[in-house]
Amino acid sequence: MANKQLLKSLKLAVKSLRIGVVSTVLSGSFMAAHVSAEELGWAEKEELKFGFIKLTDMAPLAIAYEKGYFEDEGLYVTLEAQANWKVLLDRVIDGQLDGAHMLAGQPLGATIGYGTKADIITAFSMDLNGNAITVSNDIWQQMKKHVPHVDGKPVHPIKADALKPVVDDFKSKGKPFKMGMVFPVSTHNYELRYWLAAGGIHPGYYSPQTGDTSGQISADALLSVTPPPQMPATMEAGTIYGYCVGEPWNQQAVFKGIGVPVVTDYEIWKNNPEKVFGVSKGWADKYPNTHIRVVKAMIRAAMWLDENNNANRPEAVKILSKSQYVGADYEVIANSMTGTFEYEKGDKRDVPDFNVFFRYNATYPFYSDAIWYLTQMRRWGQISEPKSDSWYKDIAKQVYRPDIYAQAAKALIKEGKANAKDFPQFASETGFKSPQTHFIDNIVYDGTAPNAYLDKFAIGLKSDSKL
Amino acid sequence: MTKQVAALTILHQVKDANLPNIGKVLGNLALPLIGIVLFLGLWSVMAKNIDTSLGKFPGPAAVWEQTIGLIDEHAAQMDKADKFYARQEERNAARVAQNPSYVAKTRAFTGAPTFFQQIWTSLYTVMVGFIVASLLAIPIGIICGLSKQAYSAINPLIQLFKPVSPLAWLPLVTMVVSAVYVSTDPMFSKSFVTSAVTVSLCCLWPTLINTAVGVSAIDKDLLNVSKVLRLNALDHVLKIVIPSSIPAIFTGLRLSLGIGWMVLIAAEMLAQNPGLGKFVWDEFQNGSSESLARIMVAVLTIGVIGFVLDRLMLSLQKKVSWDKNAVLR
Repeated sequence: MANKQLLKSLKLAVKSLRIGVVSTVLSGSFMAAHVSAEELGWAEKEELKFGFIKLTDMAPLAIAYEKGYFEDEGLYVTLEAQANWKVLLDRVIDGQLDGAHMLAGQPLGATIGYGTKADIITAFSMDLNGNAITVSNDIWQQMKKHVPHVDGKPVHPIKADALKPVVDDFKSKGKPFKMGMVFPVSTHNYELRYWLAAGGIHPGYYSPQTGDTSGQISADALLSVTPPPQMPATMEAGTIYGYCVGEPWNQQAVFKGIGVPVVTDYEIWKNNPEKVFGVSKGWADKYPNTHIRVVKAMIRAAMWLDENNNANRPEAVKILSKSQYVGADYEVIANSMTGTFEYEKGDKRDVPDFNVFFRYNATYPFYSDAIWYLTQMRRWGQISEPKSDSWYKDIAKQVYRPDIYAQAAKALIKEGKANAKDFPQFASETGFKSPQTHFIDNIVYDGTAPNAYLDKFAIGLKSDSKL
Repeated sequence: MTKQVAALTILHQVKDANLPNIGKVLGNLALPLIGIVLFLGLWSVMAKNIDTSLGKFPGPAAVWEQTIGLIDEHAAQMDKADKFYARQEERNAARVAQNPSYVAKTRAFTGAPTFFQQIWTSLYTVMVGFIVASLLAIPIGIICGLSKQAYSAINPLIQLFKPVSPLAWLPLVTMVVSAVYVSTDPMFSKSFVTSAVTVSLCCLWPTLINTAVGVSAIDKDLLNVSKVLRLNALDHVLKIVIPSSIPAIFTGLRLSLGIGWMVLIAAEMLAQNPGLGKFVWDEFQNGSSESLARIMVAVLTIGVIGFVLDRLMLSLQKKVSWDKNAVLR
């Protein structure tokens, strides 16, 4: 017994001695460490979990992981597929996820309190384009009559004008015309609405002030929420007649022979912003270095994806087709990721910019992009009250954080991993793109004048109208 | 005559010696085998005739192929994990060299969990949920069985909550766990707690009811013995009540475990918590040409595990039950 006691105290003594030694070494080395410390400190939180939805535009996350860009930043990242956009957002808000691949409208919607209220910010825009609108074979047969053809092939872009007689026919028979989109504040909702409205089909208003969040007030086409991967199955079951979704779920419909993509979002609005990487504001404030490092890794991934004229895309497709990422068959993902897009079966056309990850400053979080989403929220009644131009600007500045992006980009330039000429001129960049003209209805968008923009639309709430 | 007798005796001997054996062998091995072969045949014939938009419904061959595929994937992932750890060690060493005050830390592999890791996650979660539920249900059940008043007080609640599906509990549990279980360095992940609590809530009831019924149906003689011996309350419960209601309690536990396993898979699918349910959901979302076969592998695995869990409970019941002659199946 006494022996044991002795042994124990001996062990303790050794232990404390060791701690003493270590701490002297530590304090001695502190000075040296301070001198050699980098400008950008180490990550405050090294083990991170990011969520994503099974879509090809999550590629920057998968590539940053697989190519070791996260590890280069000292980050140990776990990527986890989520069931739908709502689950994903909730898990970012309650901290189960450190960040996630998000719909551009999600951080904005959360900040202004549409749906769930939470402060979400983004310092990284994940891609441009990447969506399409698909209709079922049956609807396509009815639409095709109204689409102009050259050499037996339909002329693109196909406008919703061709769909209007079909919808009118449904209406006259008293049948609802139902379509799917992925989330109330999704790009897809706004793109589908934009396309429909440009063709004279009213997609319906939201009225949160009266508790009506169905978005179907005075609608010609009834839009409802379906998670992206379930779109083809839902259309096959006949619940919806068409949908707007990201890849590979349009090409999947072609491969399954159940539907025809009629228009890509590139044709609705050339080089439109699509997904963002969102984190909660609390998280970003607590872990600033971590945030910058995450953005650094993702910028590198985006660069890799667009390098040498998309030379790495086949490899990217191979990675994305793994079951833990997108998981669809290689051919299905490759169809849109490698610069082509297949409309009607066999009608494969070149769309080199169908997925843009880096060129055209795709990753920079432009305020004007945020404001476009806010204008659409206002246009369809999700923002019920008239707002001033400065309100749009304030919200955009609250959510979009080019300052964090710039720090990450500058660090990469300094390390020689990126070229300054590939980024906007940070010193002079205002965050507002010059007025954009490439819309399917030829309406010009100027991010500095959101209310004037709203007044240009024939269908939708005007700058000062209320439901 | 003697020949006849001889023949008869021989026949008898054969019957005595062999026939029961053949019957036993048939019963124990051949019949289940026939059942399985018939099932496989029927399955492959049916599968060939079901066309889904993801190709043909997977037959046994496709499922076997995917099973091998999943094993290969597991091996590949383990290989990746080794490389991950090697890289991490290097990086840690480099960082320590640069800054000796840095305390190197080894982080767990961050790759996606493989099928087998998902199985383990599910098993672990269901066991925790089940044990928590049992620790609650058995004492409450005993109290209900002993006291009519307690039973009539608790019975309406049991009847109310017994039929509630995990689909209804899950959103509530998720929100409550997120709100209540706050810690900067949590011991368990929130998703694990959510799944386990949901399992507990759903598999509480069979144990509770069966325990209560078992306790209230104790032989009057035994109760009288307890009275005669003037056992105090604790001894009464430990020496009379529990031993005599063990069969009923175990019936409840087996039912509970079965329900818990089913609930867990549903909860994982819904809440995206790691485990076999998430595996199924992810594969469903993948929509690849292999997805259906991989889901089928998971379905069979879920079935086999459910079966094994039940057998384990049965053998445990046999071990603790004092009535070794009771028919258990």
